Amino acid sequence: MNWLTKTFTSSIGKKLLMAVTGLSFCAFLTAHLIGNLTLYAGRDAFNSYAEHLHSLGPLITVAETGLLFFGIIHVVTGLFLFFQNIAARPARYEVNKNAGGRTIGSVTMPYTGLILIAFITLHLINFHFIDKSGSTIFQIVQDAFTKPAYIVIYVLAVITAAFHVSHGFWSAFQTLGVNHPKYMPFIRTAGIAFSLIIGLGFGFIPIFISITT
Amino acid sequence: MTKTLNLTLKVWRQNGPDSMGRLETYNAGDISTDMSFLEMIDVINEQLTIEGKEPIAFDHDCREGICGMCGTVVNGRPHGPEKGTTLCQLHMRHFSDGDTIVIEPWRSRAFKIIKDLVVDRGALDKIIQAGGYVSVNTGGAPDANAIPISQDTAEKAMDAAACIGCGACVAACPNASAMLFTSAKISQLALLPQGRPEAATRAIAMVRAMDELGFGNCTNERECEAECPKEISIVNIARMNREFFKAAFFSEVK
Repeated sequence: MNWLTKTFTSSIGKKLLMAVTGLSFCAFLTAHLIGNLTLYAGRDAFNSYAEHLHSLGPLITVAETGLLFFGIIHVVTGLFLFFQNIAARPARYEVNKNAGGRTIGSVTMPYTGLILIAFITLHLINFHFIDKSGSTIFQIVQDAFTKPAYIVIYVLAVITAAFHVSHGFWSAFQTLGVNHPKYMPFIRTAGIAFSLIIGLGFGFIPIFISITT
Repeated sequence: MTKTLNLTLKVWRQNGPDSMGRLETYNAGDISTDMSFLEMIDVINEQLTIEGKEPIAFDHDCREGICGMCGTVVNGRPHGPEKGTTLCQLHMRHFSDGDTIVIEPWRSRAFKIIKDLVVDRGALDKIIQAGGYVSVNTGGAPDANAIPISQDTAEKAMDAAACIGCGACVAACPNASAMLFTSAKISQLALLPQGRPEAATRAIAMVRAMDELGFGNCTNERECEAECPKEISIVNIARMNREFFKAAFFSEVK
């Protein structure tokens, strides 16, 4: 193995892959949320946002390919870590008790991650790979959220994402070595704030759409 | 006045590395609250010996919290429920009359159980052997204070050097990762000028050794720093990550 492969297959290298890809998903979520907030401004604002976004053309393709690539790295590395970590303790404890380090977000990390892949697949089927001829994107969103099941699924998925991010955000900084007495408390608070913004920002969209329709 | 406790103990008994283990129940009567946890096991072992049974094997040495030999998981907590103490420093006054206490060995693929509560922590020594040292020329002893080091830096290095290598971080980690141990050993040298010449080789060699020994991966659960009897911080893990990235991407070490 050459030095690069050795670096990225080491325990810290895998953490680095998770951190870098994870943080870029945080950046993506921010951009996605800012775009989606135009839904609150009504049909025209959202349709015009979608039009402007698609007018970027090849840039969108580059971004999509990048996200897909990062997504594969994040999921595959995550699964490796998950199974390696189970194998690292073949005999489990009879009594398990936490000392207060773990959080709901950190304990559920692999599971919320798997739920999110399932959700992202559904989400892409709903809004990306759908036949868009003859209807605007706003109509497609409106149609989707007339179904109560979709509202429930989307709200739950967004809450799941919020938990995933609540651990992932600060954890990425710790992995990158950014743990400083002056900045770490801020990063931890920012992580919680970010997960709340993601949860509330995305979570109210389906509810808002279904109420205003 | 000394109080006494009556306790039920459930202790992991295992004859050897490859035999099946099980929890066995013992009654511990008249245990003084002034006793340490290990003294309580001593009392049980005396009883077992009188009854002609095999005493419980457990590791211990200095019994004052500095050697790193003792340690079992008590009710799911490595070194018991008290913060910043080793098992030998845990006193029975922290338990109540009638309590049931489950005592298990450290559990990790990298730590083989030798017998009962005794585990082989040789894997930690192998991590040290990979690079947890500085090379020093023989000859006249260097002058003290010849290399100026600020008090803050010396304190940080000392905080990392407080690690006694007991393995509680591995036992506490949900993934059985040895990153807190390894990071403390890398940090104590990386922080000081004497450790810098070999910093890159050390970081890479120790991390690789840690991975090869079958420890899990760190997922920043922070259980290790919460259970560490020397209260070593995960700030050291961040420092180890920086040292590793520096070594892997910017040094000539392959």
